[in-house]
Amino acid sequence: MEKITLASQLLQYLITGLTVGSVYAMVAVGFNIIYNVTEIINFAQGEFVMLGGLIMVFMNVAMGLPLILAFLATIILVTLVGILMDRLAIRPIRRPSVLTLIIATIAVSILIKGTASFIWGKDPFDLPAFSGRNPITFLGAVVQPQYFWVIGFLIVTAVALSIFFDRTIIGKAMSACADNPNAASLVGINVKQMILLSFALSAAIGAVAGITVTPISLMEYDRGAMLAVKGFGAAILGGLGSFPGAILGGLIMGSIESFGAGLISSGYKDAFALIVLLVILFFKPSGLLGSIEISRIKRF
Amino acid sequence: MTLRRIFIIATICFFGMGLLISQANAFKGSYKVGAVFSVTGRASFLGDPEKKTVEMLAEKINAAGGINGKKLELVIYDDEGDATKCNLAVKKLITRDKVCAVIGPSLSGLSLAVIPVAEQNKTPLVSCAASYKIVHNEKTGKPYHWVFKTPQSDSMAVKAIYTHLKNRGITKIAIMSVTTGYGASGRSELIRLAPEFNMNIIADEKYGPKDTDMTAQLTKIKGMAPAAIVNWSIGPTQVTMIRNWKDLGMTAIPLYQSHGFGSRKNIELAAGAAEGVLCPLGACNIAELLPADHPQKSVTMDYLKSYTAKYNEPLSSFGGHGWDALQLVVDALSAAGDDKAAIRDYLEKKKGFVGQHGIFNFSPDDHNGLTKAAFSMVIVKDNDWALVD
Amino acid sequence: MLRIAKLPIAVFALAIMVFPWTAHRIPAIEHYPDIMVFAGIYCLITMGLSLLMGYAGQISIGHAAFFGIGAYISAILTTNYGMNPWACMVIGMAVTAVVAVLVGAPSLKLRGHYLAMATLAFGIIIFIIFNEEIEWTGGPDGMSGIPGLTLFGFEFNSVERYYYLVWGFVIAAFIFTVNVIQSGTGRALRAIHASEPAARAMGVDVSRFKILVFVYSAVLASLAGSLYAHYLNFVNPATFDLFFSIKLLIMIALGGMHNIWGAIVGTGLITFLSNEWLYYFEEFEVIVYGAILLFVTVLLPDGLAGVPGIVKGWFRK
Repeated sequence: MEKITLASQLLQYLITGLTVGSVYAMVAVGFNIIYNVTEIINFAQGEFVMLGGLIMVFMNVAMGLPLILAFLATIILVTLVGILMDRLAIRPIRRPSVLTLIIATIAVSILIKGTASFIWGKDPFDLPAFSGRNPITFLGAVVQPQYFWVIGFLIVTAVALSIFFDRTIIGKAMSACADNPNAASLVGINVKQMILLSFALSAAIGAVAGITVTPISLMEYDRGAMLAVKGFGAAILGGLGSFPGAILGGLIMGSIESFGAGLISSGYKDAFALIVLLVILFFKPSGLLGSIEISRIKRF
Repeated sequence: MTLRRIFIIATICFFGMGLLISQANAFKGSYKVGAVFSVTGRASFLGDPEKKTVEMLAEKINAAGGINGKKLELVIYDDEGDATKCNLAVKKLITRDKVCAVIGPSLSGLSLAVIPVAEQNKTPLVSCAASYKIVHNEKTGKPYHWVFKTPQSDSMAVKAIYTHLKNRGITKIAIMSVTTGYGASGRSELIRLAPEFNMNIIADEKYGPKDTDMTAQLTKIKGMAPAAIVNWSIGPTQVTMIRNWKDLGMTAIPLYQSHGFGSRKNIELAAGAAEGVLCPLGACNIAELLPADHPQKSVTMDYLKSYTAKYNEPLSSFGGHGWDALQLVVDALSAAGDDKAAIRDYLEKKKGFVGQHGIFNFSPDDHNGLTKAAFSMVIVKDNDWALVD
Repeated sequence: MLRIAKLPIAVFALAIMVFPWTAHRIPAIEHYPDIMVFAGIYCLITMGLSLLMGYAGQISIGHAAFFGIGAYISAILTTNYGMNPWACMVIGMAVTAVVAVLVGAPSLKLRGHYLAMATLAFGIIIFIIFNEEIEWTGGPDGMSGIPGLTLFGFEFNSVERYYYLVWGFVIAAFIFTVNVIQSGTGRALRAIHASEPAARAMGVDVSRFKILVFVYSAVLASLAGSLYAHYLNFVNPATFDLFFSIKLLIMIALGGMHNIWGAIVGTGLITFLSNEWLYYFEEFEVIVYGAILLFVTVLLPDGLAGVPGIVKGWFRK
C-alpha cells in the first residue's frame, strides 16, 4: 500500500467533514423551519432522523420494499409522527411559554426514543448503500458513493425549500407567520395550520437525513439526541432562522470536527467545533447569517 | 376542568399503586440474590445480555428444584449506566431487599463506585466488569475483602493481542479507541503494556460513541503507515470503523478488535467488510469451534443453545460474565447456605470452577481467578469465526 | 409571588427533620432517606437555577458543568493531595465562581436560544475535559476512593447523618435565596425578566445583576457537587453530562418556574420518579417518564406549584 500524501489527507478530511456536516445541516434546516413559525427549538428533531433511519431499515430490509417505495413510505410515516407531535403535544398546551414548549419537545423526544427502543431494541441496524459500497478514489482521497447521496439530498432539500418559501402561496404564508404571527392571522392565514405544516416539513427533512446517513453510520434508537445537539449548534452558528446559515453552519461544524480530529486531537474534536461556535457567538451574537433584529423580535 | 381532575386522581392512584407493589415481598424458604446491571442506557450492550442470561439461569435452576430445595429469588435493578442509580440500587438491595450477595454492576467505573458499599455492609459482590482495579486495592496491594469479579481483565485481552502481534513480527502499531469507559480502559492497558512487548504506538486516535464516521482518524493513521491497527470500542462505532478501514483500502494493515467484537451480529452488520479482522475471544463465544474434549465444551454449548433458543439473538461477549457470576454464587449457596461471610469464604477458596469465560481458580490474592489462557485469537473468515493457529 | 410566607418554610423544615424517623419505621420506604440525600443535593442546584431562570429569565443548559467542577475539585484535591474536604469545598466554590464570571460575562450578553446554545456548548466542553484529562480525572471510568466528610471528629458516615447535613445546607440556602428574592435584588431581577430595556431605563445595572445571579447559581451547584462527591465516594463524567443539565431544566419546569417552591417540588418528584417509582415499569420506564412529563407540561402550564391555585379554583366555583 502506497503512503498517502498530505494533500490527499487534507482532501479526505474535507470530504468527510462535508458529508458529516451535510447531516448536521439537514437537522439544522429542520430546526429552522419550526423555529421560524413558532419560536420553538424542537429538541425532538434528532428523533426524526433516528426514526427515518430505523423505519427505512424496516421498510427496505425487513419488508423488502424497493428503495424508492421504501423511501417514500418512510417519509410519509415520519411526517405523520411530526403531525401527531404538533396535535398531541404542542397545540394542547395552554398559555404556552417558550420554555414550556421546549420542555414539551424534550418530553416528546424521550417518548419517541423509549418507543423506538421498545420496537427495535438497542442494537444498531444497517441499511444497504443506495448505489453499492465500492469506494471511488479521487486525487488520492477515497469517496464512498453514499457520500454523494448525502450531499446531493442536502442540495435538493435546500433548492426545494427555497422554491417553496419564495414561490408558493403556502410557503409565503409560512414566512409571513415567521415575521409576525399576529399580522399573518389578521390577513387570514391560519397560523395553526402553518405550525402543523412546519412540524410535518421538518419531520420529513429529518427523515431524509436519517435515511441517507444510515448506510454510512448504522442507526440505533438513541442516536437522536447527539444529532439534535450538533444540528442545534449548526443552526445557531449560521444564525437561527436563516436557511443558508443553517447549511453553512452544518458544513462548518462537520469540517472543523474532521480537520480537528485529523490534524490536532481526535479526543477533543467535538470541543473544537463548540469553541469555534462560542467564539463566533461572542463576536457576532446572532450567528453568521442571522439578523440581530429578528432575534430581538423573538421572545423567549 | 374534569380532565385535570381525572389527571390528578390518576396520579394519586398511580403512586399509591407503586407503594402497594413495593410492599409485595419475601417468598418463604428462598435464597435472595441481588443483581445490578446497566440494562438500559449507555452500557446496555453489557447489561442487557447479562440480565437475560441470569434470568434464564435462575429459571433453569428453579425448574430443577432450586438450591437445597429452596427457591432462588433474583432481584434485578437497572442502573442505566448511572453512578447515582447504581449506588442507590446496591444499598437498596442490601438494606431493604436483604439479599445475601450482589452480582454486577456491569461497568468498571460503577463497580469501583460501589466497592465501599459492599465493604461497609459486609456483603459479597461479584462484579461483571473488567477493570483490574476492582479486585486490587492499591493501598494494600491485595484484593478487597468482599469483592470478586468474573470477566477477564482488559490486560489479558491486550496481552493476547500483543502476543499475536509479536509472533508475527509486528512492532509498529496504531491504536484507536472510543471515548467511553470501555474504550478508555482498553486504551490505557494498550499503552501500559506496550513496552513489555516492544510495541511502538505511533498513533493514538479516539472517537465518540455516537460518531457517524471515523474516516478522518483512519486517514491520519494511513498517513503514518503502521504495521497493524488495534481498535477498542463497542456498539455501532466498531462496525463503522471497520467499514471505513475497508473503504480507505487499508486492508493490508491487519485490524485487531477487542473482545467486545465477539458477537456474530457485528460480522453481519459490517456487511462483508469484517473479513480478516482479528480479535481475542472467550470460550463461550466460540463454543462450536472448541474441540470436543475441551473442558468448557459442554458448559458453553449448553449456554449457547439455550440462550439463542430463548431469546432468538446471537450470543454477545458479555452475557457469559453474568452466567459465571450467578453460577458462582449459586455454588456457594448450595455448599455454604446464605450466610454472607460463608459465601465469601467459599468463593475465595473456589478452585476449578468451569465457567463460560474460563476455568476459575480463586485464592486470597486473586479474586478473579483467570489467566491469559482464557482468551483465544480468532479471525473473521467467510463471515464466521475461525481459530487462529 | 414576591412574598414568601415564613410558616410554610417552618413546616417544611419540620417535615424534613422527622422524615428519616418516620421512614425508618415503614419497611417499604426504609431506603427513602437515601434517595432524599440526592434530592437535597439536586435541590441546591435547582434553587439557584430557578432564581436564574424563573426570576431573572436567563436560561442555562450547562449547570451540570458547575456541579461537575465542584465534584471534581473536591475529588482531586482530597484523593490526590490529601487536603481537608471542607477547604476543598470552599476552593471548589471559589474556582466555580471565577469560571462562572469568565463564561457568564460574554454569554449573558446573548439572548434566548443563543444563550441556551452557549451554555450548552460550555457544558459539553467541560464534559469532554472530564473525559479526556485522564491523568487528573481518571477518564470515563471516574475516580473512586474519595473520603467521606468529618467535622471535629464527627463522621458523616451514615445515610441519616448525611441526610441532615445536606438538608441543613438546603434549608440555609433556601432561606438565603428567599431573602434575595424579597430584597431589592429580587425586584431588579424580576424587572430584567419583564423587560431589559425598561429595567435599564430605571437604572438597574442589568449585566451586573445577571452575572451576579449566574455566579450565585453556579456556586450553589459547585457546593452540591462537593457534597455529591463525598457522599458517593466516587465521581465519573457521565453524571455531569448534557442530559443532567436537561434534567435540571425539567425539574424546574415541572415544579413551576416562577416559584422557588416549584424547584423543590419538581426536584423531589423527578428524583423519586427516576430513581425509584418508575422501576416497576421495567422496559416501559422511559416511555412512562416521557408521558408523565408531557401530561404535566400540557395540563399544568404553571407546573406543580400551580396546583394549589387550581384546587382553590375548584372550591371557589
